[in-house]
Amino acid sequence: MSKQITIPFGPQHPVLPDPIHLDLVLEDETVVDAIPTIGYVHRGLEKLVEKREYTEYVFIAERICGICSFIHSQAYVQGVEQIMGLEIPERAQYLRTIWGEYSRLHSHLLWLGLFADSMGFESVFMNSWRLREHILDDLEATTGGRVIQGVCKVGGVKKDIAPEKLDEMLKGLKTLEHELAELTDVFLFDSSMKHRLKGVGKLAKEDAYYLGAVGPTARGSGIDIDMRSTGYAAFGKINFKPVVEHDGDCYARCAVRAKEMFTSIDIIEQCIKKIPDGPVDMKVTGAPDGEYFSRAEQPRGEVIHYIKGNGKKNLVRHRVRTPTFTNIPPLVTLLKGVELADVPVVVLTIDPCIGCAER
Amino acid sequence: MTYLAKSPWIIHYDASSCNGCDIEILACLTPMYDVERFGIINTGNPKHADIFVVTGSVNEANREVILNIYNQMPDPKVVVAVGICACSGGVFRECYNVAGGIDKLIPVDVYVPGCAARPESIIDGIVTALGILEEKRSKMPVTPRRPDFREHVEYHHQDKHRHTGGAQ
Repeated sequence: MSKQITIPFGPQHPVLPDPIHLDLVLEDETVVDAIPTIGYVHRGLEKLVEKREYTEYVFIAERICGICSFIHSQAYVQGVEQIMGLEIPERAQYLRTIWGEYSRLHSHLLWLGLFADSMGFESVFMNSWRLREHILDDLEATTGGRVIQGVCKVGGVKKDIAPEKLDEMLKGLKTLEHELAELTDVFLFDSSMKHRLKGVGKLAKEDAYYLGAVGPTARGSGIDIDMRSTGYAAFGKINFKPVVEHDGDCYARCAVRAKEMFTSIDIIEQCIKKIPDGPVDMKVTGAPDGEYFSRAEQPRGEVIHYIKGNGKKNLVRHRVRTPTFTNIPPLVTLLKGVELADVPVVVLTIDPCIGCAER
Repeated sequence: MTYLAKSPWIIHYDASSCNGCDIEILACLTPMYDVERFGIINTGNPKHADIFVVTGSVNEANREVILNIYNQMPDPKVVVAVGICACSGGVFRECYNVAGGIDKLIPVDVYVPGCAARPESIIDGIVTALGILEEKRSKMPVTPRRPDFREHVEYHHQDKHRHTGGAQ
């Protein structure tokens, strides 16, 4: 057996926008083990339910993570609405779906950029983020916020989108689709990309299942798991098929995200065509009494918000299981056997969002 | 300030931010806002950096990391706290693992409020930091010049005189 050395990776590292620490145990250039340490961004926000009313807590739930912010607030209010037995207006459901897909688009473009940057493909990084600004412009025009939107509330949404603006958004997305295709072609067909990604960091279907992988990490390994299929918000009335790849390597996980952006555009298009007229919110009285597991599909995978109330203004317990947290055990398996130079690329293929994972 | 005399390099650390401000800092570097045209570069090495951009608030786990980065940076250095969490703790100030703003640990020169801070206000904060950086630099002791410098100037002067004399 050759001599083993341990190299620290993080918490402050150029490829990571947020801090995670990995101790990489190497034999020569090959990683034989990876020991993750988390806790650098733990805030303990779940305990704040005791100090904030359940209607105010939406703002805190949204700030669990700045990238998947909208879907966190959506999952939280869905849980509260289920406990209270609220049937929110249909237009609000459609608007939530549209904004949710917009945040998926912005998150995937952000990830494609960071991923390209992790392998030194600077121009693709810049191009992805240039396209992402179009998405953020629409989000800002309709909600008022670029990354933290703050439009979800218990009983509906706070803002309505005018029909003219919806048409304009649709036109904008159609134009964007061509540019997106040019961008994703680089990820899917470029020979240097394939050289870096094909066969690197393989996760078998069984491993993905038993280690609890979710989202694109699981779908890249051939597991058809997508919470949008459960039909929350307006997804029940929309036709869509989850993107599934079977190879389980870095290329497959990248392809899932690249193709999912077109699914998102398709979903938004269907929503804009089907959205009914009517109010966007309803009056809410009383307080939740009971418990509920609210599930939603984030850009990174399934998120679960557990909510328990006892009929008072403050909830008793709020617990979040975020996709990055469940994707860390698969990441450790993925890293075993890869070369040190591939570590940044492999770490990024699970799309780590530490703000989510540690809360 | 009408122009930048130097290219300021920044180092960014996410203390316990939700990522919102972090992705806005990255957005500043990309084509829409493009601060690299001013020579501002995001570096990963504290010893290369002039400006320390921190997002999020202080907690027990990252206290050491923030101090490590700050102490490794060469003087003069400026600290910019981006986002309301870095300024005061923000919505999380009552959480059990949040000690408060970055100024509880290291001196902060510029506060950029906002949740999440917009790229425009982040750029404004960095430009304000540049002024403070220049001020700090001017208060530092001047590096001594080479002792034989004047002699060199005199020689150059004579040389120039001879040439212009010929032309007249």
